[in-house]
Amino acid sequence: MENREFFYRRLHSLLGVVPIGIFLIQHLVVNHFAVYGPESFNKAAHFMHDLPFRIVLEIFIIFLPIIFHAVLGVYIVFVAKNNVSRYGFFRNWMFYLQRITGIITLVFIVWHVWETRVQIGMGTEELDYSLMENILANPVMFWFYVLGVVSTTFHFANGLWSFLVSWGITVTPRSQKIATYATLLVFLAVTYIGIRALFAFV
Amino acid sequence: MAEEKLTLIVTRQDSPDSAPYEETFKVNYRKNMNIISALMETQKNPVNANGESVAPVQWESNCLEEVCGACSMVINGEPRQACSTLVDKLEQPIRIAPMSTFPVVRDLVVDRSRMFDSLKKVKAWIPIDGTHDLGPGPRMPEKKRQWAYELSKCMTCGVCLEACPNVNSKSDFIGPAPLSQVRLFNSHPTGEMNKSERLEALMEDGGLAGCGNSQNCVQVCPKGIPLTTSIAALNRDTNIQSFKNFFGSDNAH
Repeated sequence: MENREFFYRRLHSLLGVVPIGIFLIQHLVVNHFAVYGPESFNKAAHFMHDLPFRIVLEIFIIFLPIIFHAVLGVYIVFVAKNNVSRYGFFRNWMFYLQRITGIITLVFIVWHVWETRVQIGMGTEELDYSLMENILANPVMFWFYVLGVVSTTFHFANGLWSFLVSWGITVTPRSQKIATYATLLVFLAVTYIGIRALFAFV
Repeated sequence: MAEEKLTLIVTRQDSPDSAPYEETFKVNYRKNMNIISALMETQKNPVNANGESVAPVQWESNCLEEVCGACSMVINGEPRQACSTLVDKLEQPIRIAPMSTFPVVRDLVVDRSRMFDSLKKVKAWIPIDGTHDLGPGPRMPEKKRQWAYELSKCMTCGVCLEACPNVNSKSDFIGPAPLSQVRLFNSHPTGEMNKSERLEALMEDGGLAGCGNSQNCVQVCPKGIPLTTSIAALNRDTNIQSFKNFFGSDNAH
């Protein structure tokens, strides 16, 4: 459709933060209960699982926004002609990494959803601590998950920086610079929560 | 006494459709040469490093003081103006190529029409013509004039488009320069009366949404124009405009 690009790009930016970013933090925080032991994790996971209208919540807060963000995101990756070798500026590297981590995150999410949510949905796996324990017992899968989590949290934190620009919140170079430091802290904090949870399963 | 020679490796192209090729020239060195005067030597004596007579190198230039934007080319990998690039500050041999974002007409001459088309598309002017004298326009605050003046330094040279990863053959993004001109004309008290028309042009395909915030433009702009500040300010303006358009507003003019 003609002249919908502006709307779609703004929607893409918004969905990345609300609801996907919010969901990401919630997901990693719930995972973090694994640090306090299997029972603690199972209790938190079952609380999420038993939320009322769970299917509706999953479809409208998780599945549809992520599918839209992923489809348009792959298109955005495709139309860029990266040039960090000629212009090695910090922001140009962030631009490049945002696209690389977007693709890694997409592959990771598809894999992760397949071996957890889809398997649980088909009844071949049970939602509990041992499901993740078994997956992460394989060192290859463990490091794939570490890469996937770091890639996701980077994409979220750097995406938050561009969200602030795309929505016209940070206009001056100074505010954009401070937003860089602030989103770096977000990256470190969210990564810590996510990685610590992974280590709790091994 | 043997004269000091300068080595130029020029990426040449005989016609818009022919294949590019590199040609080396040894030209006489003088103190304080710029790239234009070095290229002029290849016109005076169009003989390449192998001693063959060749067609003189073609390029565009006008003002020779970095205000017209005509002589942009890629010099030692960096897009910049040939007139303000001093030979004494460059590593040798000097590699000169046309900008890759624009279609090559011949040798170093590129066709920057797409930029002028974009300026038309975003209505980068102030309509004041009418059937009678409208009198003096509203006054402009001095502080605003000062930052708007910086935006008016744009010479449509194309360096920002050359450095932008989102300006390429796969994308229809118009690039940073015409975006910033919208901010310039919207900041003008008379131009502001047509603000929404320009913002709506920016919201069309290939407009502002094509920016991916790599911020290369502001790093390479030879005039130091705060292009990324303009883009962020326009993001705010277009978002507000789109809300006004959808929900309705008496202030959307």
